Formats: sequence, structure tokens, C-alpha cells
Amino acid sequence: MLDLVWLIPALPLAGFLTLLVLGRRLGEPMAGWLATAAMGGSFLATVAVFLGLLDRPGDDRFFNQVLFEWVPAGNLSVDAGFLVDPLSITMALFITGVATLIHLYSVGYMHGDPNFSKFFLYLNLFAASMLVLVLGDNMLMTFLGWEGVGTCSYLLVSFWFTSEANASAGKKAFVTNRIGDWGFMVAMFLTFATIGSLSYADLISSSMSGEIAAVTATGIALLLLVGAAGKSAQLPLFVWLPDAMAGPTPVSALIHAATMVTAGVYLFVRVNPVVAAAYDWVPDVIAWVGVLTALVAATIAVAQNDIKKVLAYSTISQLGFMFFAIGSGAYVAAIFHVITHAFFKALLFLGSGSVIHGMHDEQDMRRMGGLRRFMPITGATFIVGWLAIAGVPPFSGFWSKDEILLYAWADSKAIWALGSIAALLTAFYMSRQVFMVFFGEPRWNEALPVAAAAPGGNPDAEVEPESEDVAPAEVDEHPEHHVEDPHESPWTMTLPLVVLAGAAIVAGGLNLPFTPDLHFLGHWLEPSLFGNEAHVDATTGTKVFVAGFSVVLALAGVALAALVYLQRRFDSAVIEQRAFAEGWWIDSTFARVVAGPGRQLFDLAAWFDRTIIDGAVNGVASGVRVGGTALRTLQTGYVRTYALAVGLGAVVVGAWFLTRASF
Amino acid sequence: MEVTGTWYLVLAAMLFTIGAVGLLIRRNPLVMFMCVELMLNAVNLTFVTFARMLDDVGGQSVVFFVLVIAAVEVVVGLAIIVAIMRRRPGATADDIALLKG
Repeated sequence: MLDLVWLIPALPLAGFLTLLVLGRRLGEPMAGWLATAAMGGSFLATVAVFLGLLDRPGDDRFFNQVLFEWVPAGNLSVDAGFLVDPLSITMALFITGVATLIHLYSVGYMHGDPNFSKFFLYLNLFAASMLVLVLGDNMLMTFLGWEGVGTCSYLLVSFWFTSEANASAGKKAFVTNRIGDWGFMVAMFLTFATIGSLSYADLISSSMSGEIAAVTATGIALLLLVGAAGKSAQLPLFVWLPDAMAGPTPVSALIHAATMVTAGVYLFVRVNPVVAAAYDWVPDVIAWVGVLTALVAATIAVAQNDIKKVLAYSTISQLGFMFFAIGSGAYVAAIFHVITHAFFKALLFLGSGSVIHGMHDEQDMRRMGGLRRFMPITGATFIVGWLAIAGVPPFSGFWSKDEILLYAWADSKAIWALGSIAALLTAFYMSRQVFMVFFGEPRWNEALPVAAAAPGGNPDAEVEPESEDVAPAEVDEHPEHHVEDPHESPWTMTLPLVVLAGAAIVAGGLNLPFTPDLHFLGHWLEPSLFGNEAHVDATTGTKVFVAGFSVVLALAGVALAALVYLQRRFDSAVIEQRAFAEGWWIDSTFARVVAGPGRQLFDLAAWFDRTIIDGAVNGVASGVRVGGTALRTLQTGYVRTYALAVGLGAVVVGAWFLTRASF
Repeated sequence: MEVTGTWYLVLAAMLFTIGAVGLLIRRNPLVMFMCVELMLNAVNLTFVTFARMLDDVGGQSVVFFVLVIAAVEVVVGLAIIVAIMRRRPGATADDIALLKG
């Protein structure tokens, strides 16, 4: 059944091509059902391949399917091939599973959109690219998928492109990702220059045999870190992800929470022997990038009022957890967290989409409250997602986050401490969100506090959503925009919520810490890790302490948020510092640097191009023209001049023969 | 005084020079044509002289080629001159400087 692997990306690709040709004719809702069916088929194919892999003994779980030689160019030979191993199939399983649910959800969410079929066209193309990314057997295939998901991300973020904000958010995502892609590309060049191949099998075997020098491995690992930081929104390249929330909410759930942004984590787990072959400080760099991202993003999330922005910064923070897991050598925990995060964060995003849908396109949490009475299913599932991400046992997030923190404890106490603070903040800001949205009194008929009063004195401006997630409602509806009570969403939207909530509860069972036998995911991934997984030989007491401490932190975060946002014991302004709300001014600093000195640099480059580069070209042209003008006077048109030239030439040739030639 | 081959060679050189200088300084196309013929025949004379001096018939046979080529050249050249004269009566060689750059 392993031969079926090509079907996994081929089915969504076929869906994409069908929608490309027939999309408009199929229309709503057939286009959506077709795309969902393609994803469901892809999921079934993945399950089949998974079962085939499961049949094999533990150390034989590698299968390479080469479709054709893709790039035959001299020494460079790259196959279009798929690598089936425990790691890639684990990724493919949850990607296809979550993607199927989100496709189903989108059928309800995108109801009535004029570009309904185009949305599913992009979604299917995204899924196909993502699957090529994880299943590719060489770096170039991964890069193909890497660029494909980037393109789809761009297309989907700016899906409602008529709004300037959405279009520029898409551009920002794309441009920021280019910086990361540069790192990935140079890493590929370096790999090829060193070992003459781009396939993972060669890269891994030469890393383990020591054929790649430590300095080269360091270079490759750091360049891949640049690539991963761009795609997975790590410091300092994370600025695009919050803006990417301008896209439709299913896109945020699928691309910017569950799948695409975890590509960087996948990449590092895939090339773990390279990290092992690099200098000792490389994992530390990865860990510090991760933990600082986790901490900074968590502080920013505390002060956001847009329901999706909170989740966006939360995603960045959780990705930071995955990165410092990698830096601590906890590859299994990183993948474990990728999976549990995919479930609960997709759940939270879809839940927020359901809220936005039910609230008639309102995204500001200050205008929500008490929603659990109006949207019982959304409310209940969102609360499951909240408990999972906050790290409350026995929900899935607790198990994966605790495992990461345990490895961090064993690796470096400083990273563990910072990670724990980030975990505390996670519990806090998620509780804040849940309390603001689902508990307390309904607030959608109240005017916003001063902060939202827009300059210009337009009274309607107050009820405008902060960022236009959904195409704006009809203009004449604006005055009584929110008088209507929120309503629960249709079944296509609540069914995925329920399924994901179930997964978010039980996914912790994939890798339970109690006895070694319960490390299902750990044993399953072992062949892909080549013994590079760190070993924690902490006593049971330490493990219990670390786990207990993270439970205390989670509960403390929840309790603190309850004090502030439920019982109103403290003024929330104390916590929502301006530095947090402004995202530590990182984004605006970038903007200022690029617009100030950056702009001057670009102008300088443009000037250099115009005057020096173009000048050289134009100089050659005008030099030829001046020379030609001078030389044309030689052409008198008089026969005698030519005759004289011929005669003199004959004399010169004759003279040469007379003096040179020997008689 | 014996007439040696050298005399013929000197004569040929003088005829060639007259032809070359005439070609360069005269403007009448017909006269220039005659100068060209003069130069060709000076060369012919050289060929014949050397053929006799070196006792080699090759030089004399080349003369026939030169004569044929000269005849052909005269046909083409005169046709061109007649065509020009029809359009622009009294034109000199300098008037038809169409190739001036």
C-alpha cells in the first residue's frame, strides 16, 4: 500500500485542476464539496500508506518512491520522489485530517462569497503544496512545496483583495518569507556544493558519517534556521503572521496555525543529523530563538483586543515552544506539540471564525461577552481548546508542553524558566480571551471605549471591525449592525469544531509519560531521528516537579485572568501595557527602518543602477556613435580616394613582401 | 644598343604609373576607364617580358586571361557609364559620390 503515496498530494492537486477548469461552473456549494472530497480522499490515502508502514518492522520503515528524474543537469540530479517514513507520514496524517475538516468548515464559512470556488481552488493547491513539502525526498521537492505554500498563503491572505489592508498584508507575508527563502536556498547550494546531492538520504548519511565538516553543517543548520524563522514566524521575522490574519478565518486556521507555519519545525526534525553534526552551540541558538519568540509573542498576546490577533500571537508563541524543543533535542516533543497544537489551535481559530460569523463580522473582543449562551457548541468547543492550550491536564496541550519543558529543564534552566513564564502567559491570555468573549455580560450594544474612536468624527467608524475579515456588510445595515443577537453557526461549521475538540482532548494519549510503553509517538518516530533525540535521565521526582509546576502555572494563569477579567479586582490596563499592545514596537521599528535608512539605501541602489550600470551601457553606445561619426568622413564617395587607398594598400603589401619574404 | 628585357619592364612601369596617376586625377569617366585599360596592358607587357626572359610560356597564357577579363570589365563598365550619362549628362566621376558617408 506504500505505492499509494503519490496519491496523497495528487488528489488535492487534481481537485485544484478540476476547480481551475470547472470552478465557476460548479459554483456554490459543489466546488466546496469537491475540494472537501479531494482532501478526504487524500486523508484516506494517507491512512492506507500509514497502515502499510505500520506493517513493516520498526527499522525498515523507509520507502522511497521516485516518479521521474526531475532535474537532470550535469552533476545535479534531482528526482521528483517521495520519502515515506514515520516522520513524513505523521505530518501528512494530521495535515490531511485537519485540512479535510477545515475544508468542510469553509463550505459553511464562505457561504455567499462571490469567489466561493476560487477559495477552494487555493485551499486545494495549498494542501497539495504542503503535502509535497513534507513528503518530498529531497530539499528541492521540499522547497517546491515551501514556495507553493508561500504563494497560496499570499493568495489567501489577500483573498478579499479589494481592501488595501488585506492586499498589503498578503504582500508583507510574501516579502518577509522571501528573506527566509533566501536562507533555505543558500542552505541548498551549500549542501550541493559539499555532498553533490540534495536528497535527504544522502544529506543524513553524510552528516552521520562525518563527511560534512562541523563548520559546513553549522552553516547549513543556521541558514535553514533563517528559512525556518521566516516560514515559522520566529524572531525577528514573525511580523507577517499577525497581519496575515486579514485572510478568511479558515485560512488562518489551516495555513497560519496548523500546517504551513510548522514547516520550519518539520524541516529541523527532518535534518536532525545535520544539527547533530554542527557545532555544539547551534542547538543553543535555535533554543534561544525559540524561547525568546515564545516569551515576546506571549506578552504581546496579552494586550490584543482583536480575537484573531490574540490567536495569531499565541501561534507564534507556541511555535517558539516547538523551536526550543528542537534546540533542547526534544524532537519527539516538538512533533508532538506540532500535532496537538494543530488540533487545538485549528479548533480555536475555527471557533473564533464561528464567533465572528455569529457576531456579524465583529472581531473586537471588547464588544463580545456572554456568548456561550448564544453559541453553545462554539462556546463548549472553544473552552476545550482553551484548556488544551493553557496546559490543564488531561487535555492534549498539557502533555506536549510539559514534555518540552522537561527537556528544556534538562538542557538549560534559563530556557526552562523563560519557557515557563511563556506558559504562564499562555494560560493568562487565553483565559482572558475566553472570559472576554464567552463569559460576563453581552457588550455588543455598547459603544467602544475611547481607544477605538476613530479620528475624523465619523460616528459609524466606531462600529467598524478593526480589520476587515469578512467583506463589509451592506452600508445601510451599519447603524443597527449589532443589535441582532449572535446566532450559532450551521452544522458544516460546528461539526469540525466538535471533531477537533475531541482530538484536542485525547491527542495527549499519543505520547504519555508514565511508562516507556506509552511513548507511542516516541517509538514510532525513532527510526527518523537516528538516535539524536536527547535523553533525559531525570528522577521521577524531578519529572513530577516539572509537570506539577507547569500545572500550577497554568492554573495560576487562569486564576489571574479570572481575577482581572471576570471579577474585575484589578484594572486591566495594568496588564495591557502599551509595549505589549504595540508588539514591543518591533513591527513599527521595521517599518521605520525600511522607510527611513532603508529607503535611502534603495534610492542609492536605484541611483547606482541608473547612473553607473545604465551609464556604462549608454556610454558604450554613445562612444560607438561618436567614433562612427569621426570615421564616416573617410568614406568620401570619390572613386579616386578609393583607388588611392587600393593603390597604397598594394604598395604596402608589396613592400612587406619585399622586405619580409626571402627570395 | 641592344634592346633588353629591362627596357620593356621600365616601359611597362611608366605606362602603369601614367595610368594610375591618370585614374587618380582625372574626372572624366571615359578617360579614367582608358587609364584602367592602360594599367592592365602595362601589366600584360610585364607578363610577356618575363615570359620571354625566363623562357616560360605561363606568363603569355596569363595575358589571355587578363585580356578576357579586361574585355568583360569594359562591357560592364561602359554599360554603367552609359546609364549614368543618360540620367545626368556631362556628369564627372566626382558627381556620383553616392557612397559618401
